Amino acid sequence: MPEIHLVGVAALLTLSVIVLLAGRGRNLTLVVYGCALVISLVLCGGATMRLLMQSPPSSLALPIGLPWLGAHFRIDALSSFFLAIINFGGAAASLYGLGYGRHEREPLRVLPFFPAFLAGMNVVLMADDAFTFLLSWEFMSLASWSLVMAHHREADNIRAGLVNIVMAGIGAFALLLAFGVLAGPDGFYAFADMRTHAPAPLAAAAVLALVLFGAGSKAGLVPLHVWLPLAHPAAPSHVSALMSGVMTKVAVYAFIRVAFDLLGPPAWWWGVPVLILGAATAVIGVLFALVHTDLKRILAYSTIENIGIIFVALGLSLGFLASGFAAAAALAMTAALFHVLNHSLFKSLLFFGAGAVITATGSREIGQLGGLLNRMPATGLFMLVGCAAISALPPLNGFASEWLAFQAILLSPSLPSWALKLLTPAAGAMLALAAALAGACFVRLFGIAFLGRPRTITSAKAVEVDRFSLTAMGGLACLCLLAGIFPGQVIDALAPVARATTGAAMHPQAAMPWLSIAPIAESRSSYDGLLVFVFIVSSALLAAFIVHRLASNALRRAPAWDCGFPDADPITQYSAESFAQPVRRVFSSFAFRARAQVDMPPPGDLRPASYTVEWVDLSWAVFYRPVVAAVAKMAYWMNRMQYLTIRQYLSLVFAALVFLLLVLASWA
Amino acid sequence: MIGDLSGLVGEFAIQISQMLLVLLLAPLLTGFVRKVKARLLRRRGPPLLQPYWDLAKLARKEAIVAESASWLFRGIPYLVFAMTWVAAALVPTFGTGLLFSWSADLIAIIALLGGARFFLALAGMDVGTSFGGLGSSREMMFATLAEPALIMIVFTLALIAGSTQLSTVAEFMLSPDVGLRISLALALVALVIVALAENARIPVDNPATHLELTMVHEAMVLEYSGRHLAMIDLSAQIKLLLYVSLIACVFAPFGLAPVAASFSAHMFGVVAYVGKLAFAGLMLALFETSVAKMRVFRVPDFIGVALMLGLLATLLRFMSRGF
Repeated sequence: MPEIHLVGVAALLTLSVIVLLAGRGRNLTLVVYGCALVISLVLCGGATMRLLMQSPPSSLALPIGLPWLGAHFRIDALSSFFLAIINFGGAAASLYGLGYGRHEREPLRVLPFFPAFLAGMNVVLMADDAFTFLLSWEFMSLASWSLVMAHHREADNIRAGLVNIVMAGIGAFALLLAFGVLAGPDGFYAFADMRTHAPAPLAAAAVLALVLFGAGSKAGLVPLHVWLPLAHPAAPSHVSALMSGVMTKVAVYAFIRVAFDLLGPPAWWWGVPVLILGAATAVIGVLFALVHTDLKRILAYSTIENIGIIFVALGLSLGFLASGFAAAAALAMTAALFHVLNHSLFKSLLFFGAGAVITATGSREIGQLGGLLNRMPATGLFMLVGCAAISALPPLNGFASEWLAFQAILLSPSLPSWALKLLTPAAGAMLALAAALAGACFVRLFGIAFLGRPRTITSAKAVEVDRFSLTAMGGLACLCLLAGIFPGQVIDALAPVARATTGAAMHPQAAMPWLSIAPIAESRSSYDGLLVFVFIVSSALLAAFIVHRLASNALRRAPAWDCGFPDADPITQYSAESFAQPVRRVFSSFAFRARAQVDMPPPGDLRPASYTVEWVDLSWAVFYRPVVAAVAKMAYWMNRMQYLTIRQYLSLVFAALVFLLLVLASWA
Repeated sequence: MIGDLSGLVGEFAIQISQMLLVLLLAPLLTGFVRKVKARLLRRRGPPLLQPYWDLAKLARKEAIVAESASWLFRGIPYLVFAMTWVAAALVPTFGTGLLFSWSADLIAIIALLGGARFFLALAGMDVGTSFGGLGSSREMMFATLAEPALIMIVFTLALIAGSTQLSTVAEFMLSPDVGLRISLALALVALVIVALAENARIPVDNPATHLELTMVHEAMVLEYSGRHLAMIDLSAQIKLLLYVSLIACVFAPFGLAPVAASFSAHMFGVVAYVGKLAFAGLMLALFETSVAKMRVFRVPDFIGVALMLGLLATLLRFMSRGF
């Protein structure tokens, strides 16, 4: 089975190389995205089949790479779940790219790297030794960096690319060290050997910290998230969808692979840092999403929030697993995986919608949009579904996974450790806060961009996008609804993954009557997405029918009322900044030190009045600036080394030699 | 879940009568609160049935829709009504034997109300006026604190009763092993605060205001008229009834007919329920006439108290089963 996937990956890589070598064709865009679509669909189908048929793990070793190691590949339930997600995201992005890619001014800056990026992510998920894993991880990072730099002439993109590559480098370095510790002094670089040699407690702690750093920086855990809202929006929109919806999931995979699989049985406190980081990430991510006004940056910050939710569920799962509650661990793990799936669906959908808005209006600032629902009805409808799904509204899919996460939290009083016992309700409160803030964030996004009156001429003249893009968005919107009203089927499909990672699984949900789901027992909690959906739709239709039939159905269009003072100028509408002002004010003190300055010139002064809002991302001030300053200072000191005499250099070499010999002597 | 056929029919009958009951009683509760408030101020007040006449009049009128409104604006009143009604249909009022009570637990009911608010806030922004945006923005700001507070209350109840199913919680509260608990008291205070905020009552918002800058909910629905406004008003009334039912079924469950109870028990349940509604309406009117409305930016502190109380109650439950 890995053979087929490797052939697919090879095909993707070949596609890249061909485009690089002979990229002059007229229909190149069509060919590349068409091929990528077909390959991704095949790979996704293969992985889904494996998952649903619960195939046993299969592995393959190829004599490439390091001579004494070779390259090991293995596909088990965990990798096939993530392979399915990644290739589905890849297929959706390719389909969208068929239409969206035509607007690309310099297609050769995108086309060669797109299949390579997909191939890189695929290999990471199949890798079964540290060397292959890190190599493909770096390949994936580099390919995504090339895509971020596709529009390198735009103002902020150079900085985005720089921060991206630096953070990717640091993250990969942390993962390298993590695998180094896991491999131990005997050099067990194959994952199969790591599984049999669980590290000592101290080493395991080091590995957990390093992998949280390495995978967390790629996933966007606070405070390692700073590169993400810069880099993800800089890429073309379908690539942003891949990076946000899919590549962050590869990082989640890396964390699950190491923490649940390679690191051996967990200690009780492993869940603690994961829970804290996850909860902080969820709230801080969505708070920043609420104050930004760049459409794609809002979505990138919301990715950070969702990663936080996933990590909260993973932390819970670790805590349960360490305390021996396998069933509860399986529930939390299922919630995390379900949210991984959901986020990949709605975040891809939302980024596609953002791309459609950019195509139609040329603007990413939601303050320059407005009224797009009338101009782009289909895109608007799909975006609405995406916004409702990500705000965790029933009966859509986002609610189902958050509901599972809450059910897992409600099981935690049985945990023996006090730290976890006190942390989980706080994490639950943070999760609820993040969900409510996400609702506000997406009301703002959709309300400002798609509702109201057009704020600029370009948004008043926007036209609907092409069919390929609409098909991709429509398909994802349907899946958001389907996964929401049939959560039991999704949970059952995730059972083998939960069993592979936690040793248990939620009991089969498909057998429940009326397609409802009940994580523990029906008397405890149950939810039925399908029935809720049917109830809402039927009572809405019933109410509309009765009112139209028995009362009045007359309708008249008139100017807006607005308490008698309607203003024709669309600039008098509520803006993105003014919508966020109450929330910014309530949460500013602890999250972003927002300061508003009002400059009101006195009467007679013709200067325009101004209202400026400033806020800071504290993680820059607290974590990055000091590091950058320290590096600069050290570089300044090291600068002296350039101007030594030859004698001084020779004595330095001699001192280094003596030092190394001393180390060697003391080692034995 | 599904017993024999006669039980099924009985539960179905209870479910349907509950859905109709909340629909029919909701305007009455609002009318009652208005009447009591007026009497407390030594006014005569509108007739008790005035909300019904208002709804009927609005529904018969021609709907006037702003030129800039999209199709979403016309659909949202029905959607909001449906989400609120479905949520209200799942909160036990006079009996716990609801056929569909397992289809959505308390978390789902809260999320349904959150969904209704989400769409109502979108409707406020649809026409593109400053008042609509103002209402939506403030409503969502309140919700960012009220919703987590509600979830914390749910956590407390779920940890006490061992279930997030409202019917099971109510049955547990009816049983003698509840006792007096600190966490329950904290949850009650928090729930009352959230209910005041969510239903746009004084001191958070003024349901009778005509001063634009002080209103939140009314600003959001300012552009609605005719049948659309009727649906929105009815949803708001159902929501008030829902919160009263929720508080009643959790904190004052006496009279609630258990599953498979006799017909007379159910009739007694209805009488008890109406009594509880009257008491709640009285208390609400008393409270509203005795406090002043807050400034908008004091409201987060007010709802924040609910959030903190809810968190405290949950933490107490996590610490020990005794609280």
